[in-house]
Amino acid sequence: MDWSLTFVIITFAIYIGIAIWARAGTTADFYVAGHDVHPALNGMATAADWMSAASYLSMAGLIAFLGYGGSVYLMGWTGGYVLLALLLAPFLREFGKFTVPDFVGDRYYSVAARLIAVVCAMFISFTYIAGQMKGVGVAFSSFLGVEYNLGILIGMAIVFVYATFGGMKGVTYTQVAQYVVMIFAYTVPAIFISLIITGNPIPQLGFIGDAKGTDMSMLAKLNETVTGLGFQAYTETDKSMLDVFCITGALMFGTAGLPHVIIRFFTVSSAKAARYSAGWALLFIAILYTTAPAVGAFARLNFIDTVNEATYIEGDIDEIDYTAAAEAIVADGGKPVPTWYKTWEKTGLLKYDDVNGDGIMQYRGPNAPDGLANEVSPNNDIFVLANPQIAQLPGWVIGLVVAGGLAAALSTAAGLLMVISSAVSHDLCRKTFFKDMDDKTEMLIARLAAGAAVVAAGLLGIFATSLPFVAQVVAFAFGLAAASLFPIIFLGIFWKRMNREGAIVSMLFGLVTTFWYIVHFKFVDTDPSHWFTGISPEGIGFVVMWVAALIGILVSLVTAPPPQHVQDLVEDIRIPGMQEARATAAPAE
Amino acid sequence: MSQDVKEVDAKGYWRAVLTLTISLFVIWFLVSYGAGILFREFLDQFSVGGAPMGFWFAQQGAIYLFGLLILYYCIAMNRLERKFGVKG
Repeated sequence: MDWSLTFVIITFAIYIGIAIWARAGTTADFYVAGHDVHPALNGMATAADWMSAASYLSMAGLIAFLGYGGSVYLMGWTGGYVLLALLLAPFLREFGKFTVPDFVGDRYYSVAARLIAVVCAMFISFTYIAGQMKGVGVAFSSFLGVEYNLGILIGMAIVFVYATFGGMKGVTYTQVAQYVVMIFAYTVPAIFISLIITGNPIPQLGFIGDAKGTDMSMLAKLNETVTGLGFQAYTETDKSMLDVFCITGALMFGTAGLPHVIIRFFTVSSAKAARYSAGWALLFIAILYTTAPAVGAFARLNFIDTVNEATYIEGDIDEIDYTAAAEAIVADGGKPVPTWYKTWEKTGLLKYDDVNGDGIMQYRGPNAPDGLANEVSPNNDIFVLANPQIAQLPGWVIGLVVAGGLAAALSTAAGLLMVISSAVSHDLCRKTFFKDMDDKTEMLIARLAAGAAVVAAGLLGIFATSLPFVAQVVAFAFGLAAASLFPIIFLGIFWKRMNREGAIVSMLFGLVTTFWYIVHFKFVDTDPSHWFTGISPEGIGFVVMWVAALIGILVSLVTAPPPQHVQDLVEDIRIPGMQEARATAAPAE
Repeated sequence: MSQDVKEVDAKGYWRAVLTLTISLFVIWFLVSYGAGILFREFLDQFSVGGAPMGFWFAQQGAIYLFGLLILYYCIAMNRLERKFGVKG
C-alpha cells in the first residue's frame, strides 16, 4: 500500500508541475490550447480524455463475464473514431471556433439552437463526470486508506489547479502524462498474465494462441471450462443480434457526439492535423482496447483455475498464518484459496458464501451440470486490480495500477470540466447574454466556471454514493450524444439545406425521446419484455438518432432554406483553407 | 487571392471526398457490424489462430481495421488535396 501512495504523490506532483508550466494566457489558450497542439500529442491527450475509470478498471472484467457480449464496448468505443475522423473532426476544426454549441449556434444561425446544444453538452458532461469522481473516491478509500469524501476532495483540488490555471492547455499536457501512466500500468501486468496463461508475452497473440502446456487454444479451453461450470460459452451471448447491433451503434455514434471528445480536435492546427490526430487517438486507444479482451479472457480462466474448488481459509490475512494454513490444505491433497484472493477480499470486491457448508469454494453458473449453487461472487473491477498480484508481480506494480486508475478518472473529469466551463463562459455569457464582454473578462469567467464545475462535480461524486444507479446513467451520456448532437452536427456539414427549424426539432426530439426511454425502462418499468422491439435502454440512442435525423430533414424541407452566408460557411468548411482565402479575397463582405 | 478561390474545383473536390468517405464507410460497416455481428455465426466456423473468426473480428480485428481505415483516409485526403490544389 505504501507503493500506491508513493506513485500517487509522484504523479500528482507531475500534474501540478505541468499546470504551472502550461498557464493559459488568452481565451484561445484556455479553450483550445492555442490551436497548436501536435497531432500525436493531441491523440494521446484524446486517448486519456476518452478512456475513463470505467474503461480502465471495469471494462476487462465486464468482458470477462460477458464474453462475446462484451464486444459491444470494444467495437462501439473504437469505431466511433472512424466517424470522428471522416465525418466530424476535420470539418469542425476547419470551422475554427471554440465549442460544440459554437458550431451549432453559427451553423443554425440561432441562439435557441445554441442554448439547446448547451443543455445537451452540460447534461452529457455532468452525468459522465459523477462516475469519474466516484472512481476517484473509491480509488482513494480502497487503496490509500483515505476516507472516500476526502479522496474526492483531493482529486477535486488537483483538477481545480490545472483546469483553472491552465485551461485546455493545462488539461492537454496533463492528459498526455496521464496517458503514459495509464497505458504503462495497464500493459505491464497484462504481459505477465499472458505469459502465465499462454506462454506468449504479447496479450493480443496469447488471446488467439494455445493455453500454456496444452495443444488446445486458450479460447477453446475457456469455453470448455465455463460451460462445464454451467455458464454460457465465452464466445457466445444471450443478447439478441438486434440489441447487440443497436448498443454497438449507440456507443459508436455516441462517442462521435461526445462534446469533450470533439473539442479535443479544436486544439490542433488544421483540418489535416485533425485527421491525423484522430488516427493517433485510435492507435493509442487501441493499445488498451485490444489488450482488454485478452486480459478479460485470461483473468476468467485464471480465476476459475485458482479459486474454483479451493479450500477457504477463514480470517483476515494480516492476522492469520496464511502460509501454515495453506500448507496444511496442500498436505491434505486440497487447493488453498490463493493469497491475492485473501488480500482483495478486504475491499469487498470478492464475496464468498459457503452455501453447502463444505468449506470449499464452488464457482458455478446458472446451469451447473452438477446442480451445485454458486458461492463466489467477484466484482468486475477485481480483474484489473488484482492482476499484478495474480501474476505475482512486485508490490510497486500495484501502486502503478492505482495511480493509473486515478489518471484515467482525473483525465476524463478534466476534459468534461472544460466542456462545462466553456459552455458557461463562452456560449452562455459571451455569445448569448453579455455580447460586449472583452477577452479578459471572458477568461476570468471561464476560470470561475471551471472552478464551480469542479466543486459541482465533486459534490455529485459525494452525493452519488447514495444513489444506486450511477453505473446505469452512463447509458444516458452515450444515448443522448448519439441522438441529440450527432445528427445535427453531421447534417450541418454534409447537407447544406439543413436549417434552424430542422436542427431545433431534431435536437429536442432526440433529447426528450432518449431521456424518456432510458428513465422509463431503467427506473419505472424494468421488465425487458416491454422494450421496443427488444432494444435495451443502452441501445435506444442508435434508433432515436435515425428518427431524429429524418425528422430534422423533413422539417428543414418544409421550412425556409438557411440564409446565403450560412450556405457559404458550409461550403467553406468542406474545403480546407477556403475560409481564409475568402476572408482575404473579400474583406468587406 | 480571389484567383485562388476560383481556381479550386470545389465541386470536383467535394465529390471525390464523398466517394472516398462512402467507400471507407462500406468497409467500416463490413468489418464491425458485418463480420463482428451480422455474419458472426457464419464466420465462426473459420478461425484466426485459436479464435473463432467472427468473435475475433468483434474483439480484435475490427479495431485494427478501424485504425487502418483512418490511416488510409489521411493519406488519400493528402493526395486529393494535392490533386485539387487545396491547402491542407
